[in-house]
Amino acid sequence: MSSSHAEGSTARDAGSRGGLGRTLALLGHEVRMQQLLFWRNRESAVFVFVFPPMLFLLLGSVYSDTIDGERAVDVLLVGMLGYGCANTALAGLAISLVVRRESGMLKRLRATPLPAWTYLLAVVLSTLVVFLLQMAVTILLGFLLFDADAPVTWVGLVVVLLLGVAAFAGMGFGVASLIRSDEGASAVVNLIVLPMAFLSGSFGSTNDYPEVLQKIAEALPLTYLLRLTKEAYLHGEYLTSDLTAVAVLAAWGAAGYLVAAKRFAWQPREK
Amino acid sequence: MSPQTAAIRVRSLRKSYGEHEAIRGLDFDVLTGEVFGLLGPNGAGKTTTVEILEGYRERDEGDVEVLGVDPWQASSGHRERIGVVLQHSQLPALLSVREVHSMFAGYYARPRDVDEVIELVGLADKAEAQVKTLSGGQKRRLDLGVALIGDPALVFLDEPTTGFDPSARRSAWELVRSLRSLGKTIVLTTHYLDEAQQLADRVAVIREGQVVRIGTPQELIGVTPEVEVRYRENGRDVVVTTSEPTRLLAELTGAALAEGRELEGLEVRRPTLEDVYLGLVDEEPAE
Repeated sequence: MSSSHAEGSTARDAGSRGGLGRTLALLGHEVRMQQLLFWRNRESAVFVFVFPPMLFLLLGSVYSDTIDGERAVDVLLVGMLGYGCANTALAGLAISLVVRRESGMLKRLRATPLPAWTYLLAVVLSTLVVFLLQMAVTILLGFLLFDADAPVTWVGLVVVLLLGVAAFAGMGFGVASLIRSDEGASAVVNLIVLPMAFLSGSFGSTNDYPEVLQKIAEALPLTYLLRLTKEAYLHGEYLTSDLTAVAVLAAWGAAGYLVAAKRFAWQPREK
Repeated sequence: MSPQTAAIRVRSLRKSYGEHEAIRGLDFDVLTGEVFGLLGPNGAGKTTTVEILEGYRERDEGDVEVLGVDPWQASSGHRERIGVVLQHSQLPALLSVREVHSMFAGYYARPRDVDEVIELVGLADKAEAQVKTLSGGQKRRLDLGVALIGDPALVFLDEPTTGFDPSARRSAWELVRSLRSLGKTIVLTTHYLDEAQQLADRVAVIREGQVVRIGTPQELIGVTPEVEVRYRENGRDVVVTTSEPTRLLAELTGAALAEGRELEGLEVRRPTLEDVYLGLVDEEPAE
């Protein structure tokens, strides 16, 4: 910084010197604001929060017996948890970031003392809150309506899904950085998420898919999140049981964060 | 703090976008407690300048200090002390006026009272209304309220009244005057002359990224001492510009009286800031 500390340096430092207490207070405030903004916007709350449990209800009523040797309802429940993760952390996060960027909201926030990383962390934490609620609702629906089994390991399941939110949030930041206009945002994002969910097996078995589609699915991050979720939910396995899946998922997430680090913008792209 | 302290210092500022030189060597100071107007036509470089001062854009060359700090390197503590009204930015449409103020109040270490600020910007009866239901003028007041919530020493207003009807402009002017009386330093960009003349203590006229004149509105008018004398002679309009209007008028009227004819449409005009401004911005490029 320049040599002129002159007047007002005490006031200048006041905001940054508040220490951990101030930092946590800012983070808590911003998470509350993110929650307020999320639930106030009914259309997007329905799309992000209600859509996956609703699909679960529909598919759960249609399928019975078994899928790939497991109880159908359990496989669908796992599938919807994975889809919900991608839908909340990738689709929901990316769309809302693009809309806020293009409206000038992100730019305006950069003129406040709220540090950039505090804002971005609050966005991820708020996404996590939404997803954990959605996960609870989906599992509860499974218990109440379809007599679904409880996960063999709750801890293992939550750990897998935390990794899932972290990775898909990275992809969400990356995708948001690449989308230029808010009008096309939800179309582009759904063009990514829905086919991915279909190919990865969120909506049922992929064993009868053509080989080409199965090959494509092997490259998709959701395939690996579903594999890990299934192992935890149905067989009580932890992340360590399939490190390849962990690595692929983490690599996709890291790629998203890298793209965002290079391309993320706070100012509107369109003039 | 003495009234002559510079809140902002700009020296030899340059900024290009690709081949286009938006700012070509700007120098000016903004004194603490004054309303400083950046006046110029669209594309003159006003917004680029203000966005460099706000810390949004990095300069190519030159020195810039805002409240003693380089805005591009500034910490979040620096942003405690500035307030910003951007030209285009929308606040969350689904929150109420009070919720938006509370949201921004939470970002500052020592915010002002939310209801007090809402009252100050004249939105008290709209405190519970959703942002999307506000008129254009009310949204601008909301922008201003949010800019003031951290109790800043310095406020940037980028074209705060563009697109306003005349009465909304007048009430916005009242607001700016009340900010000035609170002791805030205000940097205002505008392409409206009357706005600069009404509000600014000093004005920098910017053209093609350079300051072409700087001074009080009175000084700007004063730099052109010429007076225009117009009349009609033999069906033709005659316009004479002179720095000695008294002698010219005496000669003209003396001659006309001697010949016993009337000087039709005789008119003597002092230049307004508008004439000075148009003269400055219409000049051929310096090169």
